[in-house]
Amino acid sequence: MSRVVVPEYGWRTHGPAVAVLAVLMSVYAAGFVLLDIRFDRIWIGLARLGDIVLLMMPPNPETFSRFLVYLDALGQTLAIAFLGTITGALFAVPLGFLAARNIVTNRVVHFLARRSLDTVRSIDTLVWALIWINVVGLGPFAGALAIASADVCALAKLMSEAIETADRRAVEGVMASGGSRAAAIRFGIVPQVLPVFASQILYYIESNTRSATIIGIVGAGGIGLYLSEQIRVLEWQQVSFLILMVLVTVALIDAVSRMLRRAIIGRS
Amino acid sequence: MGPAVMSHVNHTVPVLPDGQLAPLARAYGAAVAAKRRQMVLGGAVFICAVLLAGLGAEVNPELFWDKLGNFFDYFVRLAYLDTGDPVWTDPAEWFWGLRKWARLLGETMLIAYIGTLTGAALAFCACFLCAANLTGSAVLRSMVRRLLEFCRTVPDLVFALIFVVAFGLGALPGILALTIHTAGALGKMFAEVVDNIDIKPVEGVAASGGSWFARVRFGVVPQVLANFVSYTLLRFEINVRGASVVGFVGAGGIGEELIVSIRKFYYADVSAILVLIVLCVMLIDVLTERLRHRLVRMEGGH
Repeated sequence: MSRVVVPEYGWRTHGPAVAVLAVLMSVYAAGFVLLDIRFDRIWIGLARLGDIVLLMMPPNPETFSRFLVYLDALGQTLAIAFLGTITGALFAVPLGFLAARNIVTNRVVHFLARRSLDTVRSIDTLVWALIWINVVGLGPFAGALAIASADVCALAKLMSEAIETADRRAVEGVMASGGSRAAAIRFGIVPQVLPVFASQILYYIESNTRSATIIGIVGAGGIGLYLSEQIRVLEWQQVSFLILMVLVTVALIDAVSRMLRRAIIGRS
Repeated sequence: MGPAVMSHVNHTVPVLPDGQLAPLARAYGAAVAAKRRQMVLGGAVFICAVLLAGLGAEVNPELFWDKLGNFFDYFVRLAYLDTGDPVWTDPAEWFWGLRKWARLLGETMLIAYIGTLTGAALAFCACFLCAANLTGSAVLRSMVRRLLEFCRTVPDLVFALIFVVAFGLGALPGILALTIHTAGALGKMFAEVVDNIDIKPVEGVAASGGSWFARVRFGVVPQVLANFVSYTLLRFEINVRGASVVGFVGAGGIGEELIVSIRKFYYADVSAILVLIVLCVMLIDVLTERLRHRLVRMEGGH
Protein backbone atom coordinates (compact mmCIF):
# COMPACT_ATOMS: atom_id res chain seq x y z
CA MET A 1 0.00 0.00 0.00
CA SER A 2 1.41 3.32 -0.99
CA ARG A 3 1.78 6.07 1.53
CA VAL A 4 -0.67 8.89 1.36
CA VAL A 5 1.17 12.01 0.25
CA VAL A 6 -0.01 14.95 2.25
CA PRO A 7 0.48 18.16 0.26
CA GLU A 8 2.56 20.71 2.07
CA TYR A 9 0.57 23.52 3.56
CA GLY A 10 2.27 26.47 5.08
CA TRP A 11 3.43 29.99 4.41
CA ARG A 12 4.43 29.10 0.87
CA THR A 13 0.88 28.21 -0.17
CA HIS A 14 -1.17 30.28 2.23
CA GLY A 15 1.14 33.24 2.84
CA PRO A 16 -0.31 35.64 0.23
CA ALA A 17 -3.90 34.81 1.18
CA VAL A 18 -3.17 35.39 4.86
CA ALA A 19 -1.45 38.68 4.05
CA VAL A 20 -4.42 39.91 2.00
CA LEU A 21 -6.79 38.86 4.76
CA ALA A 22 -4.68 40.67 7.36
CA VAL A 23 -4.74 43.90 5.34
CA LEU A 24 -8.51 43.63 4.81
CA MET A 25 -9.13 43.03 8.50
CA SER A 26 -6.86 45.84 9.68
CA VAL A 27 -8.61 48.33 7.38
CA TYR A 28 -11.88 46.99 8.77
CA ALA A 29 -10.75 47.50 12.36
CA ALA A 30 -9.28 50.92 11.55
CA GLY A 31 -12.63 51.87 10.06
CA PHE A 32 -14.37 51.19 13.36
CA VAL A 33 -11.88 53.41 15.19
CA LEU A 34 -11.94 56.22 12.58
CA LEU A 35 -15.73 56.27 12.40
CA ASP A 36 -15.87 56.22 16.20
CA ILE A 37 -18.15 53.21 16.45
CA ARG A 38 -18.34 51.96 20.00
CA PHE A 39 -19.83 48.67 20.98
CA ASP A 40 -21.89 50.09 23.82
CA ARG A 41 -23.68 52.26 21.25
CA ILE A 42 -24.38 49.19 19.12
CA TRP A 43 -25.91 47.32 22.08
CA ILE A 44 -28.08 50.25 23.16
CA GLY A 45 -29.18 50.77 19.56
CA LEU A 46 -30.00 47.09 19.09
CA ALA A 47 -32.14 47.12 22.23
CA ARG A 48 -33.97 50.19 20.92
CA LEU A 49 -34.34 48.55 17.52
CA GLY A 50 -35.93 45.54 19.23
CA ASP A 51 -38.45 47.86 20.89
CA ILE A 52 -39.20 49.46 17.53
CA VAL A 53 -39.81 46.08 15.90
CA LEU A 54 -42.20 45.15 18.73
CA LEU A 55 -44.02 48.46 18.31
CA MET A 56 -44.37 47.73 14.58
CA MET A 57 -46.54 44.69 15.27
CA PRO A 58 -49.14 44.33 13.94
CA PRO A 59 -48.93 46.44 10.77
CA ASN A 60 -51.93 48.72 10.79
CA PRO A 61 -52.97 51.77 8.74
CA GLU A 62 -55.58 52.67 11.44
CA THR A 63 -58.25 54.05 9.10
CA PHE A 64 -59.47 52.86 5.74
CA SER A 65 -59.19 56.32 4.23
CA ARG A 66 -55.52 56.42 5.10
CA PHE A 67 -55.10 53.02 3.44
CA LEU A 68 -56.59 54.54 0.28
CA VAL A 69 -54.15 57.46 0.51
CA TYR A 70 -51.26 55.01 0.77
CA LEU A 71 -52.63 52.97 -2.13
CA ASP A 72 -52.76 56.11 -4.24
CA ALA A 73 -49.16 56.92 -3.32
CA LEU A 74 -48.15 53.38 -4.22
CA GLY A 75 -49.79 53.77 -7.63
CA GLN A 76 -47.83 56.96 -8.05
CA THR A 77 -44.63 55.10 -7.17
CA LEU A 78 -45.34 52.49 -9.84
CA ALA A 79 -46.14 55.19 -12.38
CA ILE A 80 -42.85 56.95 -11.59
CA ALA A 81 -40.86 53.75 -11.97
CA PHE A 82 -42.55 52.72 -15.23
CA LEU A 83 -42.53 56.09 -16.93
CA GLY A 84 -39.01 56.92 -15.74
CA THR A 85 -37.60 53.66 -17.05
CA ILE A 86 -39.36 53.89 -20.41
CA THR A 87 -38.23 57.49 -20.91
CA GLY A 88 -34.69 56.59 -19.89
CA ALA A 89 -34.67 53.61 -22.25
CA LEU A 90 -35.88 55.79 -25.13
CA PHE A 91 -32.82 57.99 -24.80
CA ALA A 92 -30.52 55.10 -23.92
CA VAL A 93 -31.02 53.22 -27.22
CA PRO A 94 -29.25 55.76 -29.48
CA LEU A 95 -26.56 56.36 -26.85
CA GLY A 96 -26.03 52.61 -26.56
CA PHE A 97 -25.45 52.32 -30.30
CA LEU A 98 -23.07 55.28 -30.13
CA ALA A 99 -21.02 53.65 -27.39
CA ALA A 100 -20.79 50.23 -29.05
CA ARG A 101 -17.42 49.47 -30.59
CA ASN A 102 -18.81 47.51 -33.53
CA ILE A 103 -21.16 50.34 -34.58
CA VAL A 104 -18.98 53.40 -34.05
CA THR A 105 -15.52 52.24 -34.99
CA ASN A 106 -13.87 55.58 -34.22
CA ARG A 107 -11.83 54.90 -31.09
CA VAL A 108 -11.98 58.49 -29.82
CA VAL A 109 -15.76 58.68 -30.09
CA HIS A 110 -16.10 55.29 -28.44
CA PHE A 111 -13.79 56.25 -25.58
CA LEU A 112 -15.52 59.58 -24.99
CA ALA A 113 -18.97 58.02 -25.13
CA ARG A 114 -18.03 55.30 -22.64
CA ARG A 115 -16.30 57.70 -20.25
CA SER A 116 -19.15 60.19 -20.23
CA LEU A 117 -21.65 57.39 -19.65
CA ASP A 118 -19.55 56.23 -16.69
CA THR A 119 -19.32 59.75 -15.30
CA VAL A 120 -23.03 60.50 -15.38
CA ARG A 121 -23.80 56.97 -14.16
CA SER A 122 -22.07 57.63 -10.84
CA ILE A 123 -24.62 60.33 -9.91
CA ASP A 124 -27.31 58.77 -7.76
CA THR A 125 -31.05 58.89 -8.50
CA LEU A 126 -31.63 60.93 -5.35
CA VAL A 127 -29.21 63.63 -6.48
CA TRP A 128 -31.02 63.78 -9.83
CA ALA A 129 -34.29 64.05 -7.91
CA LEU A 130 -33.02 67.05 -5.96
CA ILE A 131 -31.88 68.72 -9.19
CA TRP A 132 -35.21 68.08 -10.97
CA ILE A 133 -37.12 69.37 -7.94
CA ASN A 134 -35.31 72.66 -8.46
CA VAL A 135 -36.46 72.63 -12.09
CA VAL A 136 -40.08 71.37 -12.12
CA GLY A 137 -40.96 71.65 -8.42
CA LEU A 138 -41.85 69.04 -5.80
CA GLY A 139 -43.92 66.04 -6.88
CA PRO A 140 -43.90 62.78 -8.83
CA PHE A 141 -43.01 64.44 -12.14
CA ALA A 142 -39.59 65.33 -10.73
CA GLY A 143 -39.27 61.73 -9.54
CA ALA A 144 -40.00 60.27 -12.97
CA LEU A 145 -37.48 62.63 -14.56
CA ALA A 146 -34.89 61.69 -11.94
CA ILE A 147 -35.34 57.96 -12.60
CA ALA A 148 -35.09 58.63 -16.33
CA SER A 149 -31.89 60.67 -15.99
CA ALA A 150 -30.23 58.15 -13.72
CA ASP A 151 -31.21 55.27 -16.02
CA VAL A 152 -30.18 56.70 -19.36
CA CYS A 153 -26.49 56.10 -18.82
CA ALA A 154 -26.75 52.84 -16.92
CA LEU A 155 -29.06 51.36 -19.56
CA ALA A 156 -26.99 52.78 -22.42
CA LYS A 157 -23.92 51.05 -21.05
CA LEU A 158 -25.72 47.70 -20.72
CA MET A 159 -27.21 48.09 -24.20
CA SER A 160 -23.85 48.93 -25.77
CA GLU A 161 -22.43 45.78 -24.20
CA ALA A 162 -25.32 43.74 -25.63
CA ILE A 163 -24.66 45.25 -29.06
CA GLU A 164 -20.95 44.48 -28.85
CA THR A 165 -21.58 40.83 -28.06
CA ALA A 166 -24.08 40.43 -30.92
CA ASP A 167 -23.20 37.73 -33.43
CA ARG A 168 -21.12 39.20 -36.30
CA ARG A 169 -22.22 36.62 -38.85
CA ALA A 170 -25.68 38.15 -39.34
CA VAL A 171 -24.06 41.52 -40.10
CA GLU A 172 -21.59 39.92 -42.50
CA GLY A 173 -24.46 38.14 -44.24
CA VAL A 174 -26.32 41.40 -44.86
CA MET A 175 -23.13 43.15 -46.03
CA ALA A 176 -22.23 40.24 -48.32
CA SER A 177 -25.57 40.37 -50.08
CA GLY A 178 -24.96 44.05 -50.81
CA GLY A 179 -26.70 45.73 -47.87
CA SER A 180 -25.58 49.13 -46.65
CA ARG A 181 -24.23 49.70 -43.13
CA ALA A 182 -27.64 50.97 -42.05
CA ALA A 183 -29.25 47.81 -43.42
CA ALA A 184 -26.62 45.71 -41.65
CA ILE A 185 -27.53 47.33 -38.35
CA ARG A 186 -31.29 47.16 -39.01
CA PHE A 187 -31.40 43.53 -40.15
CA GLY A 188 -28.16 42.15 -38.70
CA ILE A 189 -28.03 43.61 -35.19
CA VAL A 190 -31.42 44.98 -34.17
CA PRO A 191 -33.26 41.62 -34.31
CA GLN A 192 -30.54 40.10 -32.13
CA VAL A 193 -30.44 42.79 -29.46
CA LEU A 194 -34.12 43.73 -29.21
CA PRO A 195 -35.11 40.86 -26.86
CA VAL A 196 -32.02 41.57 -24.75
CA PHE A 197 -33.00 45.24 -24.52
CA ALA A 198 -36.55 44.31 -23.54
CA SER A 199 -35.29 42.03 -20.82
CA GLN A 200 -32.90 44.70 -19.52
CA ILE A 201 -35.68 47.29 -19.47
CA LEU A 202 -37.94 44.90 -17.56
CA TYR A 203 -35.18 44.32 -15.03
CA TYR A 204 -34.78 48.07 -14.63
CA ILE A 205 -38.51 48.58 -14.12
CA GLU A 206 -38.26 46.01 -11.34
CA SER A 207 -35.29 47.63 -9.65
CA ASN A 208 -36.70 51.14 -10.15
CA THR A 209 -39.85 50.17 -8.28
CA ARG A 210 -37.50 49.93 -5.32
CA SER A 211 -35.75 53.23 -6.11
CA ALA A 212 -39.10 54.96 -6.60
CA THR A 213 -40.16 54.03 -3.07
CA ILE A 214 -37.34 56.09 -1.58
CA ILE A 215 -37.40 59.00 -3.98
CA GLY A 216 -40.27 60.49 -1.96
CA ILE A 217 -37.91 60.96 0.97
CA VAL A 218 -36.50 64.05 -0.74
CA GLY A 219 -39.97 65.14 -1.92
CA ALA A 220 -40.18 63.67 -5.42
CA GLY A 221 -43.52 61.89 -5.04
CA GLY A 222 -44.66 58.37 -4.27
CA ILE A 223 -44.91 56.34 -1.12
CA GLY A 224 -41.50 57.42 0.23
CA LEU A 225 -42.97 60.70 1.40
CA TYR A 226 -45.38 58.91 3.77
CA LEU A 227 -42.72 56.41 4.78
CA SER A 228 -40.26 59.06 5.92
CA GLU A 229 -43.05 61.12 7.48
CA GLN A 230 -44.34 58.22 9.55
CA ILE A 231 -40.82 57.26 10.63
CA ARG A 232 -40.21 60.84 11.73
CA VAL A 233 -43.34 60.93 13.89
CA LEU A 234 -42.57 57.39 15.18
CA GLU A 235 -45.89 55.86 14.04
CA TRP A 236 -44.33 52.41 13.81
CA GLN A 237 -47.46 50.44 12.96
CA GLN A 238 -48.02 52.68 9.96
CA VAL A 239 -44.36 52.28 8.98
CA SER A 240 -44.56 48.50 9.04
CA PHE A 241 -47.81 48.62 7.04
CA LEU A 242 -46.16 50.80 4.40
CA ILE A 243 -43.14 48.47 4.23
CA LEU A 244 -45.51 45.53 3.85
CA MET A 245 -47.27 47.29 0.96
CA VAL A 246 -43.91 47.89 -0.72
CA LEU A 247 -42.89 44.24 -0.26
CA VAL A 248 -46.14 42.95 -1.76
CA THR A 249 -45.91 45.34 -4.70
CA VAL A 250 -42.30 44.47 -5.46
CA ALA A 251 -43.15 40.76 -5.33
CA LEU A 252 -46.07 41.34 -7.75
CA ILE A 253 -43.93 43.35 -10.16
CA ASP A 254 -41.24 40.67 -10.01
CA ALA A 255 -43.77 37.99 -10.88
CA VAL A 256 -45.27 39.97 -13.78
CA SER A 257 -41.88 40.84 -15.20
CA ARG A 258 -40.71 37.23 -14.93
CA MET A 259 -43.79 36.22 -16.93
CA LEU A 260 -43.17 38.90 -19.55
CA ARG A 261 -39.50 38.04 -19.80
CA ARG A 262 -40.32 34.40 -20.41
CA ALA A 263 -42.80 35.45 -23.11
CA ILE A 264 -40.22 37.68 -24.81
CA ILE A 265 -37.38 35.19 -24.70
CA GLY A 266 -39.69 32.39 -25.76
CA ARG A 267 -40.84 34.32 -28.81
CA SER A 268 -37.42 35.28 -30.13
CA MET B 1 -18.11 37.19 -59.29
CA GLY B 2 -19.67 38.52 -62.47
CA PRO B 3 -23.25 38.81 -63.67
CA ALA B 4 -22.85 35.55 -65.59
CA VAL B 5 -22.43 33.62 -62.36
CA MET B 6 -25.37 35.40 -60.79
CA SER B 7 -27.72 34.52 -63.64
CA HIS B 8 -26.48 30.95 -63.46
CA VAL B 9 -27.39 30.88 -59.75
CA ASN B 10 -30.82 32.29 -60.54
CA HIS B 11 -31.50 29.51 -63.03
CA THR B 12 -30.67 26.77 -60.57
CA VAL B 13 -32.93 28.06 -57.79
CA PRO B 14 -35.90 25.74 -57.95
CA VAL B 15 -39.24 27.52 -58.24
CA LEU B 16 -42.23 25.56 -57.09
CA PRO B 17 -45.27 25.37 -59.32
CA ASP B 18 -48.06 27.79 -58.39
CA GLY B 19 -50.30 25.03 -57.09
CA GLN B 20 -47.75 24.12 -54.41
CA LEU B 21 -46.69 27.71 -53.78
CA ALA B 22 -50.15 29.09 -52.99
CA PRO B 23 -50.74 27.28 -49.64
CA LEU B 24 -47.20 28.10 -48.53
CA ALA B 25 -47.71 31.76 -49.36
CA ARG B 26 -51.06 31.70 -47.54
CA ALA B 27 -49.45 30.17 -44.43
CA TYR B 28 -46.67 32.76 -44.54
CA GLY B 29 -49.23 35.54 -44.86
CA ALA B 30 -51.22 34.18 -41.93
CA ALA B 31 -48.10 33.89 -39.75
CA VAL B 32 -47.05 37.45 -40.56
CA ALA B 33 -50.58 38.74 -39.92
CA ALA B 34 -50.73 36.94 -36.56
CA LYS B 35 -47.41 38.41 -35.53
CA ARG B 36 -48.51 41.86 -36.65
CA ARG B 37 -51.79 41.53 -34.69
CA GLN B 38 -49.79 40.55 -31.62
CA MET B 39 -47.49 43.55 -32.08
CA VAL B 40 -50.42 45.95 -32.45
CA LEU B 41 -52.14 44.54 -29.39
CA GLY B 42 -48.94 44.68 -27.31
CA GLY B 43 -48.29 48.21 -28.54
CA ALA B 44 -51.81 49.31 -27.59
CA VAL B 45 -51.47 47.86 -24.09
CA PHE B 46 -48.07 49.51 -23.75
CA ILE B 47 -49.36 52.94 -24.85
CA CYS B 48 -52.30 52.65 -22.44
CA ALA B 49 -49.86 51.82 -19.63
CA VAL B 50 -47.67 54.80 -20.51
CA LEU B 51 -50.66 57.16 -20.57
CA LEU B 52 -51.92 55.81 -17.26
CA ALA B 53 -48.47 56.16 -15.73
CA GLY B 54 -48.22 59.68 -17.11
CA LEU B 55 -51.48 60.51 -15.37
CA GLY B 56 -50.26 58.92 -12.15
CA ALA B 57 -46.92 60.70 -12.18
CA GLU B 58 -48.65 64.05 -12.84
CA VAL B 59 -46.69 64.57 -16.02
CA ASN B 60 -47.06 68.09 -17.32
CA PRO B 61 -45.44 68.54 -20.75
CA GLU B 62 -46.21 72.27 -20.80
CA LEU B 63 -44.46 72.82 -17.49
CA PHE B 64 -41.63 70.64 -18.72
CA TRP B 65 -41.05 72.73 -21.86
CA ASP B 66 -41.37 75.94 -19.87
CA LYS B 67 -38.84 74.83 -17.28
CA LEU B 68 -36.48 72.81 -19.42
CA GLY B 69 -34.32 75.91 -19.73
CA ASN B 70 -33.96 75.90 -15.93
CA PHE B 71 -32.50 72.40 -16.10
CA PHE B 72 -29.67 73.48 -18.40
CA ASP B 73 -29.39 76.75 -16.49
CA TYR B 74 -28.81 74.72 -13.36
CA PHE B 75 -25.80 73.01 -14.88
CA VAL B 76 -24.47 76.30 -16.17
CA ARG B 77 -24.80 77.76 -12.69
CA LEU B 78 -22.95 74.77 -11.28
CA ALA B 79 -19.97 75.95 -13.30
CA TYR B 80 -19.79 79.42 -11.75
CA LEU B 81 -18.45 80.63 -8.42
CA ASP B 82 -20.28 83.12 -6.19
CA THR B 83 -17.98 85.81 -7.57
CA GLY B 84 -19.36 85.22 -11.07
CA ASP B 85 -16.18 83.67 -12.46
CA PRO B 86 -16.20 80.21 -14.00
CA VAL B 87 -15.10 77.58 -11.48
CA TRP B 88 -11.96 76.54 -13.37
CA THR B 89 -10.45 80.03 -13.11
CA ASP B 90 -9.96 79.63 -9.37
CA PRO B 91 -9.70 75.98 -8.28
CA ALA B 92 -8.59 76.97 -4.79
CA GLU B 93 -11.81 78.91 -4.29
CA TRP B 94 -13.90 76.18 -5.93
CA PHE B 95 -12.49 73.43 -3.69
CA TRP B 96 -12.28 75.66 -0.63
CA GLY B 97 -13.59 72.88 1.61
CA LEU B 98 -11.37 70.15 0.16
CA ARG B 99 -9.99 69.13 3.54
CA LYS B 100 -13.45 68.63 5.04
CA TRP B 101 -14.85 66.99 1.90
CA ALA B 102 -11.91 64.62 1.60
CA ARG B 103 -12.47 63.53 5.19
CA LEU B 104 -16.19 63.00 4.52
CA LEU B 105 -15.40 61.08 1.33
CA GLY B 106 -13.02 58.88 3.29
CA GLU B 107 -15.84 58.31 5.78
CA THR B 108 -18.16 57.43 2.89
CA MET B 109 -15.71 54.86 1.54
CA LEU B 110 -15.20 53.35 4.98
CA ILE B 111 -18.98 53.08 5.44
CA ALA B 112 -19.18 51.29 2.09
CA TYR B 113 -16.19 49.09 2.95
CA ILE B 114 -17.38 47.97 6.38
CA GLY B 115 -20.94 47.56 5.13
CA THR B 116 -19.84 45.46 2.16
CA LEU B 117 -17.50 43.23 4.15
CA THR B 118 -19.95 42.61 6.99
CA GLY B 119 -22.80 42.04 4.56
CA ALA B 120 -20.67 39.65 2.51
CA ALA B 121 -19.77 37.71 5.66
CA LEU B 122 -23.46 37.37 6.56
CA ALA B 123 -24.32 36.37 3.00
CA PHE B 124 -21.49 33.81 3.08
CA CYS B 125 -22.98 32.19 6.18
CA ALA B 126 -26.52 32.30 4.81
CA CYS B 127 -25.91 31.04 1.28
CA PHE B 128 -24.93 27.49 2.30
CA LEU B 129 -28.09 27.25 4.39
CA CYS B 130 -30.38 27.97 1.46
CA ALA B 131 -28.67 25.74 -1.12
CA ALA B 132 -30.75 22.68 -1.98
CA ASN B 133 -27.65 20.53 -2.51
CA LEU B 134 -26.24 21.18 0.97
CA THR B 135 -29.11 21.75 3.37
CA GLY B 136 -31.70 19.01 3.62
CA SER B 137 -34.32 20.84 5.63
CA ALA B 138 -36.74 22.56 3.26
CA VAL B 139 -38.16 24.66 6.10
CA LEU B 140 -34.76 26.11 7.04
CA ARG B 141 -33.96 26.75 3.37
CA SER B 142 -37.13 28.67 2.65
CA MET B 143 -36.84 30.61 5.92
CA VAL B 144 -33.33 31.80 5.05
CA ARG B 145 -34.44 32.61 1.50
CA ARG B 146 -37.40 34.69 2.72
CA LEU B 147 -35.13 36.55 5.13
CA LEU B 148 -32.65 37.41 2.38
CA GLU B 149 -35.52 38.51 0.13
CA PHE B 150 -36.76 40.85 2.84
CA CYS B 151 -33.27 42.29 3.33
CA ARG B 152 -32.80 43.15 -0.32
CA THR B 153 -36.34 44.30 -1.12
CA VAL B 154 -36.57 46.99 1.55
CA PRO B 155 -34.45 49.85 0.15
CA ASP B 156 -31.28 50.64 2.10
CA LEU B 157 -32.42 54.21 2.67
CA VAL B 158 -35.54 52.99 4.51
CA PHE B 159 -33.34 50.87 6.78
CA ALA B 160 -31.12 53.94 7.25
CA LEU B 161 -34.11 56.07 8.26
CA ILE B 162 -35.21 53.52 10.86
CA PHE B 163 -31.67 52.93 12.14
CA VAL B 164 -31.09 56.66 12.57
CA VAL B 165 -33.97 56.62 15.05
CA ALA B 166 -32.59 53.56 16.88
CA PHE B 167 -28.83 54.27 16.80
CA GLY B 168 -28.74 58.05 16.51
CA LEU B 169 -27.14 60.16 13.78
CA GLY B 170 -23.75 59.17 12.42
CA ALA B 171 -21.99 56.52 10.38
CA LEU B 172 -23.31 53.53 12.34
CA PRO B 173 -26.88 53.52 10.93
CA GLY B 174 -25.44 53.96 7.43
CA ILE B 175 -23.13 50.99 7.88
CA LEU B 176 -25.91 48.80 9.24
CA ALA B 177 -28.31 49.76 6.44
CA LEU B 178 -25.73 48.90 3.78
CA THR B 179 -24.82 45.71 5.64
CA ILE B 180 -28.37 44.41 5.64
CA HIS B 181 -29.02 45.34 2.03
CA THR B 182 -25.71 43.79 0.96
CA ALA B 183 -26.42 40.60 2.88
CA GLY B 184 -29.72 40.25 1.05
CA ALA B 185 -28.39 41.04 -2.43
CA LEU B 186 -25.17 39.03 -2.16
CA GLY B 187 -26.90 36.16 -0.35
CA LYS B 188 -29.08 35.58 -3.40
CA MET B 189 -26.14 35.69 -5.82
CA PHE B 190 -23.96 33.49 -3.61
CA ALA B 191 -26.77 30.96 -3.28
CA GLU B 192 -27.10 30.80 -7.07
CA VAL B 193 -23.38 30.07 -7.34
CA VAL B 194 -23.60 27.34 -4.71
CA ASP B 195 -26.60 25.82 -6.48
CA ASN B 196 -24.51 25.37 -9.61
CA ILE B 197 -21.39 23.77 -8.13
CA ASP B 198 -19.94 20.43 -9.11
CA ILE B 199 -21.29 18.11 -6.40
CA LYS B 200 -18.56 15.45 -6.76
CA PRO B 201 -15.96 17.01 -4.40
CA VAL B 202 -18.70 17.39 -1.78
CA GLU B 203 -19.62 13.72 -2.15
CA GLY B 204 -15.95 12.84 -1.93
CA VAL B 205 -15.58 14.60 1.41
CA ALA B 206 -18.83 13.05 2.63
CA ALA B 207 -17.67 9.57 1.55
CA SER B 208 -14.45 9.93 3.55
CA GLY B 209 -16.50 10.76 6.62
CA GLY B 210 -16.42 14.54 6.57
CA SER B 211 -18.91 16.53 8.64
CA TRP B 212 -21.23 19.15 7.15
CA PHE B 213 -18.65 21.85 7.88
CA ALA B 214 -15.85 19.80 6.32
CA ARG B 215 -17.99 19.30 3.22
CA VAL B 216 -18.62 23.01 2.91
CA ARG B 217 -15.03 23.97 3.74
CA PHE B 218 -13.23 21.50 1.45
CA GLY B 219 -15.92 20.60 -1.08
CA VAL B 220 -17.73 23.85 -1.76
CA VAL B 221 -15.63 26.85 -0.72
CA PRO B 222 -12.69 26.21 -3.09
CA GLN B 223 -15.12 26.06 -6.01
CA VAL B 224 -17.04 29.23 -5.22
CA LEU B 225 -14.55 31.57 -3.55
CA ALA B 226 -13.35 33.35 -6.72
CA ASN B 227 -16.94 34.00 -7.80
CA PHE B 228 -17.88 35.24 -4.33
CA VAL B 229 -14.97 37.69 -4.27
CA SER B 230 -15.88 38.97 -7.72
CA TYR B 231 -19.52 39.56 -6.71
CA THR B 232 -18.40 41.25 -3.49
CA LEU B 233 -16.16 43.64 -5.43
CA LEU B 234 -19.09 44.51 -7.71
CA ARG B 235 -21.23 45.12 -4.66
CA PHE B 236 -18.55 47.38 -3.18
CA GLU B 237 -18.84 49.61 -6.25
CA ILE B 238 -22.60 49.83 -5.79
CA ASN B 239 -22.24 50.48 -2.07
CA VAL B 240 -19.82 53.39 -2.57
CA ARG B 241 -22.60 55.02 -4.58
CA GLY B 242 -25.14 54.10 -1.91
CA ALA B 243 -22.94 55.40 0.91
CA SER B 244 -22.71 58.77 -0.83
CA VAL B 245 -26.46 59.29 -0.32
CA VAL B 246 -27.20 57.69 3.08
CA GLY B 247 -26.09 61.05 4.48
CA PHE B 248 -29.32 62.50 3.02
CA VAL B 249 -31.15 61.02 6.01
CA GLY B 250 -28.36 61.70 8.50
CA ALA B 251 -26.57 58.37 8.31
CA GLY B 252 -23.02 59.63 7.77
CA GLY B 253 -20.71 60.30 4.85
CA ILE B 254 -20.64 63.11 2.33
CA GLY B 255 -24.38 62.98 1.56
CA GLU B 256 -25.35 65.42 4.29
CA GLU B 257 -22.93 68.06 2.99
CA LEU B 258 -24.25 67.48 -0.53
CA ILE B 259 -27.94 67.79 0.31
CA VAL B 260 -27.33 70.94 2.34
CA SER B 261 -25.44 72.56 -0.57
CA ILE B 262 -28.19 71.59 -3.02
CA ARG B 263 -30.98 72.85 -0.76
CA LYS B 264 -29.21 76.13 -0.03
CA PHE B 265 -28.22 76.69 -3.68
CA TYR B 266 -24.44 76.78 -3.08
CA TYR B 267 -23.88 75.91 -6.73
CA ALA B 268 -20.08 75.86 -6.72
CA ASP B 269 -20.06 73.60 -3.65
CA VAL B 270 -22.52 71.21 -5.30
CA SER B 271 -20.36 70.87 -8.40
CA ALA B 272 -17.18 70.49 -6.35
CA ILE B 273 -18.68 67.71 -4.21
CA LEU B 274 -20.19 65.99 -7.25
CA VAL B 275 -16.82 66.09 -9.03
CA LEU B 276 -15.17 64.55 -5.98
CA ILE B 277 -17.82 61.81 -5.72
CA VAL B 278 -17.61 61.00 -9.44
CA LEU B 279 -13.80 60.82 -9.30
CA CYS B 280 -13.95 58.61 -6.24
CA VAL B 281 -16.55 56.26 -7.75
CA MET B 282 -14.61 56.01 -11.00
CA LEU B 283 -11.38 55.25 -9.16
CA ILE B 284 -13.10 52.46 -7.23
CA ASP B 285 -14.67 51.17 -10.47
CA VAL B 286 -11.31 50.98 -12.23
CA LEU B 287 -9.57 49.35 -9.27
CA THR B 288 -12.23 46.71 -8.67
CA GLU B 289 -12.50 45.99 -12.39
CA ARG B 290 -8.76 45.36 -12.56
CA LEU B 291 -8.95 43.11 -9.50
CA ARG B 292 -11.87 41.18 -10.98
CA HIS B 293 -10.03 40.63 -14.27
CA ARG B 294 -7.00 39.36 -12.38
CA LEU B 295 -9.27 37.04 -10.43
CA VAL B 296 -10.80 35.64 -13.60
CA ARG B 297 -7.32 35.05 -15.00
CA MET B 298 -6.23 33.29 -11.81
CA GLU B 299 -9.27 31.07 -12.02
CA GLY B 300 -8.49 30.29 -15.66
CA GLY B 301 -4.92 29.38 -14.71
CA HIS B 302 -5.97 26.57 -12.37
